[in-house]
Amino acid sequence: MPRQGKHVGVVGVALLVSAVSGCAGWGGGAGGGGADSINVLMVNNPQMVDLQQLTADNFTKQTGIKVNFTVLPENDVRDKISQEFSSQAGQYDVATLSNFEIPIYAKSKWIAPLSDHIAKDPAFDQDDILKPMTESMSGEDGKVYGEPFYGESSFLMYRKDVLESKGVTMPAKPTWDEVADIAAKVDKAQPNMRGICLRGQPGWGQLFAPLTTVVNTFGGTWFTQDWQAQVNSPEFTAATKFYVDLVRNHGEAGAPQAGFTECLNNLIQGNVAMWYDATSAAGSLEAPNSPVKGKIGYAQAPVKETDSSGWLYAWSWSIQEASKKQDNAWKFISWASSKEYEQLVGEKLGWSRVPAGKRASTYENPAYLKEAGAFAAPTKAAIETADPKNPGTQPRPAIGIQFVDIPEFPDLGTQVSQDVSSAIAGRMSVDEALKRGQVLADDVAERYRSRAAK
Amino acid sequence: MSGQVTMVKGHQRRGGGWALSGLAWVVGLLFVMPVLWMLLTSFHSEEDAAKNPPDIAAPLTLDGYKSFFDTGPWPSLANSLTASVLSTAFVILLAFPAAYALSIRPVRKWTDVLFFFLSTKMLPVVAGLLPIYLFAQSVGFLDNIWLLIILYTSMNLPIAVWMLRSFLSEVPVEILEAASVDGASLGRTLRSVVAPVVTPGIASVALICFIFSWNELLFARVLTGTVAQTAPVFLTGFVTSQGLFLAKVCAASIVVSLPVLIAGFAAQDKLVQGLSLGAVK
Repeated sequence: MPRQGKHVGVVGVALLVSAVSGCAGWGGGAGGGGADSINVLMVNNPQMVDLQQLTADNFTKQTGIKVNFTVLPENDVRDKISQEFSSQAGQYDVATLSNFEIPIYAKSKWIAPLSDHIAKDPAFDQDDILKPMTESMSGEDGKVYGEPFYGESSFLMYRKDVLESKGVTMPAKPTWDEVADIAAKVDKAQPNMRGICLRGQPGWGQLFAPLTTVVNTFGGTWFTQDWQAQVNSPEFTAATKFYVDLVRNHGEAGAPQAGFTECLNNLIQGNVAMWYDATSAAGSLEAPNSPVKGKIGYAQAPVKETDSSGWLYAWSWSIQEASKKQDNAWKFISWASSKEYEQLVGEKLGWSRVPAGKRASTYENPAYLKEAGAFAAPTKAAIETADPKNPGTQPRPAIGIQFVDIPEFPDLGTQVSQDVSSAIAGRMSVDEALKRGQVLADDVAERYRSRAAK
Repeated sequence: MSGQVTMVKGHQRRGGGWALSGLAWVVGLLFVMPVLWMLLTSFHSEEDAAKNPPDIAAPLTLDGYKSFFDTGPWPSLANSLTASVLSTAFVILLAFPAAYALSIRPVRKWTDVLFFFLSTKMLPVVAGLLPIYLFAQSVGFLDNIWLLIILYTSMNLPIAVWMLRSFLSEVPVEILEAASVDGASLGRTLRSVVAPVVTPGIASVALICFIFSWNELLFARVLTGTVAQTAPVFLTGFVTSQGLFLAKVCAASIVVSLPVLIAGFAAQDKLVQGLSLGAVK
């Protein structure tokens, strides 16, 4: 949002300067903290916490730029980011956005294009960033609006020893029918061990991340290209029934509340034999203190009608349009997403903690491959085969694999997921849940249809 | 706890007294259980803390506390302390004269005034959030600890006035008359006569205001950023959707609760007096 007039801008800057200089110690107003510092708002995933601890001794020492972090849980950070960016409050120079927000924010001009910075910074090496990543962080004008910090796709993780004990082998590219079959065979392979863990916790980013990839590969979609809602279509229904039945028959205990964290704990503690989820989980599974280290096999995301079905997600950096310190902000991004930063984490904290999944060079680094050999190749393959523009069997109205990249999707996905989660709990039928979902989805689609008609 | 003893003594019914005392202990333990659980978990490793069923006898470690202090909690703790102490001081300074004017020398229509004070608490806090955010943004007051101090003062003021009023109305009229016969001014009466009598009341009001502002999350989360962040906002930062965090969060919660606990223990004597003073009608 542009300033109303030049005078207002001048007065605003004057106030700002006096606020910053006059209120030192109080914490100044927007853009506070001195000329050589930037404010960063980020999600509190372990990779970011590592970054926070490495910044002062490395980035600040090299550049003299002090970085003030605000670190919040995922839902809180999303709230705060949308509040901050939609009002262009200018408090934060950099924030962690995902490839869901970036195209939407770029369209609203809430974030600054990075292409000029990239062009002036050859050491950053944009060509090294994996193609689907750059593609999903570009605006409609073709400019890049975000740089990935770490990226992920989804794949199938399974206990090699448990499958072996039942005489089952996992195909490298399993189909969902094969996976269901294996889940039945390994269910109760050990006391208290269930066949597979699948997210059942409501939330567009929880339950609907894996479920939408299943829908895609079953031939379903949320919307057709001309904005017809398809939530109760035969394909969407078949996929959801398959998912709900699988998790009800052979899934983890407490499935309606299980999200990423719960499933991770289940696999680590031997409560499940398989898990379909984010590739970034592998770092935790193969960490030096993990009881299942070395016991996990990794297969591509299971498919049915499509060749691949893995999702694409990346926590990324973007610069707020209203930021007055965009050059310093870029320096920070360029450092945090660099090859050198990965090297630094590898040497200081261990290679399993490297924020990977964004650069091709990571997967050629012998030190990384030595530690992450079990999952490096499957991860890279999963990310490279992900096609955010064309993830299913039909053309889509918006980009996105495990989501539809429209501002309405979080609300829509979360509401529908509550009913599907009820279906997993056995309190509602899948047909009923999707019938209600169709009404909600059609409501969203109607707005786009009427806009297109104008 | 001394109040409990007095109560039992006062009743002098042996069987019933024991039963009541036992019940009080059971209820007390029930309330303190989550805190004890938090304390125990804070000394476990992340892996043990995430175990289900829980492992009570897991080895103890200080890792949770270490990783909490490694993340640099001091600025946010200092912010919380500043906001809580200053806002509490302002509340008492403002509420004390107001309560006087509503009890000892009531102004005209003082019941309406009291109701007006209370009515400001009827609007859900969240309804005021957006206007306050936009206001703070336009005057460049976001991420400023003084904004929180002003907000906490105004949020706690109505409660403080109500509580202090009930304490002040217990003050015997005779000593006020004696003071006025001796020619004490209003300020002098308030300082030297009324205040000492209601010290327990002031202590309990101050403690409640301190706890409310120390624990406030909603405003702090929305209105602060990197500079004025308070401890509760910092605390939520440990809850991550990827990876284990229970032990860390428990350790952080213990540390963040300590100032309130210390304040509570320090004010305990006064507090029990104050609470029973208000109750006797």
